[in-house]
Amino acid sequence: MNRFAALLDRLAYEPRRNGKIRLIADYFAHTPDPERGFALAALTGALSFRNAKPGLIRQLISERTDPVLFALSYDYVGDLSETVALMWPAPHGLNHTEPPPLSAIVHAFTHMGKAELPAVLASLLDRLDETGRWALLKLITGGLRIGVSARLAKTAVAALGERTPDEIELVWPGLEPPYEALFAWAEGRGERPETDDPAPFRPVMLSHPLEDTDFENLDPAQFRAEWKWDGIRIQAARGAGADGRHVTRLYSRTGEDISGAFPDLAGALAFDGAVDGELLILSEGRVQSFNVLQQRLNRKVVSPKLIMEFPAHIRAYDLLFEAGEDLRDLPFDARRARLEALIAAHPQDGRIDLSPIVSFESWDDLAAARADPASHGAGDDAEAVEGVMLKRADSFYVPGRPKGPWWKWKRDPHSVDAVLMYAQRGHGKRSSFYSDYTFGVWTGATSGEGELVPVGKAYFGFTDAELMEIDRFVRRNTVNRFGPVREVVHTATEGLVLEVAFEGLARSTRHRSGLAMRFPRIARLRWDKPPGEADRLETLERMIGDEGRAPRRPSLVLGKQQPAEEA
Amino acid sequence: MRPEELLHSTPQGLYSPAGDFFIDPTRLVPRALITHGHSDHARAGHGAVMATRQTLDIMAIRYGEGFAGATQAAEYGKRVELNGVGVTFHPAGHILGSAQIALDHKGCTIVASGDYKPGADPTALPFEPIRCTIFISEATFGLPVFRHPDPTEETAKLTDSLALFPERAHLVGAYALGKAQRVMALLRAAGHDRPILIHGAMERLTGYYQSQGIPLGDIRLAREVKPAELAGSVVICPPSAMTDVWSRRFPDPVTAFASGWMRIRARARQNGVELPLIISDHADWDDLQDAILATGCEELWVTHGQEDALVHWALLAGLRARPLHMVGYGEEEAETTAAPDTAAPETPEAQP
Repeated sequence: MNRFAALLDRLAYEPRRNGKIRLIADYFAHTPDPERGFALAALTGALSFRNAKPGLIRQLISERTDPVLFALSYDYVGDLSETVALMWPAPHGLNHTEPPPLSAIVHAFTHMGKAELPAVLASLLDRLDETGRWALLKLITGGLRIGVSARLAKTAVAALGERTPDEIELVWPGLEPPYEALFAWAEGRGERPETDDPAPFRPVMLSHPLEDTDFENLDPAQFRAEWKWDGIRIQAARGAGADGRHVTRLYSRTGEDISGAFPDLAGALAFDGAVDGELLILSEGRVQSFNVLQQRLNRKVVSPKLIMEFPAHIRAYDLLFEAGEDLRDLPFDARRARLEALIAAHPQDGRIDLSPIVSFESWDDLAAARADPASHGAGDDAEAVEGVMLKRADSFYVPGRPKGPWWKWKRDPHSVDAVLMYAQRGHGKRSSFYSDYTFGVWTGATSGEGELVPVGKAYFGFTDAELMEIDRFVRRNTVNRFGPVREVVHTATEGLVLEVAFEGLARSTRHRSGLAMRFPRIARLRWDKPPGEADRLETLERMIGDEGRAPRRPSLVLGKQQPAEEA
Repeated sequence: MRPEELLHSTPQGLYSPAGDFFIDPTRLVPRALITHGHSDHARAGHGAVMATRQTLDIMAIRYGEGFAGATQAAEYGKRVELNGVGVTFHPAGHILGSAQIALDHKGCTIVASGDYKPGADPTALPFEPIRCTIFISEATFGLPVFRHPDPTEETAKLTDSLALFPERAHLVGAYALGKAQRVMALLRAAGHDRPILIHGAMERLTGYYQSQGIPLGDIRLAREVKPAELAGSVVICPPSAMTDVWSRRFPDPVTAFASGWMRIRARARQNGVELPLIISDHADWDDLQDAILATGCEELWVTHGQEDALVHWALLAGLRARPLHMVGYGEEEAETTAAPDTAAPETPEAQP
């Protein structure tokens, strides 16, 4: 456990991607099986310990520390595992015994009953040092959050020998910890591991955002366009197992198996292959908003009522595999033809359809379609369009985010100037800084008149340097405290103006202003602008009028990253 | 007499109505008593300043000789009277010249401790607990998550990394006054005998420490060293210089940062620190409790930092306690690489 804890500790501080790969590869090279295999499982998120809940950890720490001091510490540190690791009152003298190896810990936590868990966990925490406690808690609660993706860990496996990361990805589905065959193959000591999974995940192809300056280098004749749907990227894989029975799996774009959340959809599919598409909720033939889709996400129990009310649907745009044939080396146009044939042959039960091709001659044509999807073929579904996708007609399906073949061209966000009113400490990466901001606009007939009313809350969009500046501003200009929330000065002459970008507006009873912003983020700090010149509520209310088709963005769901991290 | 007549907080800082002077005022005042030379406590432009000889020297180095209308040097442990209020400076263990200021008047004693740290530090006289009625403490690290490890173990992290990466320069971010010189002294105590390279902003202060009889060994300006000699050397610079153009002269450096904040992972990561060194010149959670209890005080006032937690603890411990909610302090420890203001070179010749 100590070695694994040391690896996580170093990874947490290594900012460079190549540095991380080197650290992990070095650990793999110097750590025997099966220890390294369980470490790989931990880094790729392949381990899960159902009974080790944050609630248990809170219970253990609350039995040992003052609740107020714990609450203040947690608020400050922003991370439960780290707070507990630092506060844990370790008895003296126990640290001399070597803690058990990672494999033993994984085995114990996988097989232990719920009743034994608290005592076993407490005794392990007693025996570990601060780093060890942190690593153990991160491991068993399943959120390492050390800036290592599954892809990066697999890249480190590839770095052990002559393999490429994509080769590792291709054999990965169906492999299980501790991956001894995989390591043997990567090190050139063994055969390529065979997967017998009839419906494996294939790594997805991603696009780059299109900038205005990119157009001059792109030839419209070489591209196909589709709507960019505001749902969840999904891969539906279906195939016959050794026993002849078909297996269907639905994967998020990161390869997470989400079939369990959509049994209605998985049961309705009847093809043999792997379809790439968007998961949407359809009601009476119309695509529902992302807010509706969210009703079906992250549910522990998928009730028949939920399935009835929010039927899941795939809008297909690519075909990676069909009847044992890998289509990824075919150009887009050829794959598209195969996809159209597959959808045409599929039973017509409304569960899967084609994402239409948007026709255009010039970039201006496409800009017009993007600005008004409803009258360019999207019709009633225009509400669920958040832009257009551009795919080169000759592009192969390449895992990852290759630059050039695929582009996303999103609709433009809106922005307003608002005044910072309240700030709260953030969690995770932003912990211990005031990084959650509530901002408001003026109610009066002109800016600076009336009062400021909150219209939203944002916690990203700013740079680290800007975070420091705002944090300092908050600490120096606090006028009131409400528990963890600080009210900062906000008059017409004193205060901080934030340029807030957002995707849309809706009526809401949550804020006193009666408005709610979708996906607000801090675009710029306007130190130059006096608060009296910030925007007015009326300006925002006018925006609602032409907001009917505005796209909406989710928070973190099923591999859909927040743009702050995408940047 | 109410203690507030002896000392209370104002927007300018702690003020003594009985003695008509301020302690560590954040704005310009006619008469100021200064606990130590960090810029958030010691500002230029007051009418008259009373501080230890070393704090006055440090202020003169940072702001020039005319930093105040008049100055008066206070001797550690020697009581003087200002308008009938007894004033005694005692060592605070924070940095060279740092002091706690004890005020006594009509049987009431209040100790304003400034910033302080119990424990060994070759660069500062050790903190002494002073018996008092009211103790005024900072709470920069006033949460039970802050338990500073042994500084020699933290220094070993740096020397271990030097052994592991002998081809890379090790850039250590450290506040220019106090922390930088302490890191030098810790390295020397750990047996590191190569020249230590420094950023121009800390040249004069480091020279002053040496002139006060603190041995720091061979200290050289980084800008005067040939690029070939940078490999495997320790370079100490203000945190703000780590992300500055200045740091580009070091190829592929290991970036370290010496601060109590390095206890919190997110803080280290936010600053792109690869080698966090938890070395602090402030009392940690246990130190704060020990120091407060050692004064035998009946009441605790908390100036800045994590005042809520420390006040909560003090109330549980049976003391009267309240936060003063003072603003403007804590900049030196709060400083990070991304906030290049307080550690910026303060004198023109300090530019590298």
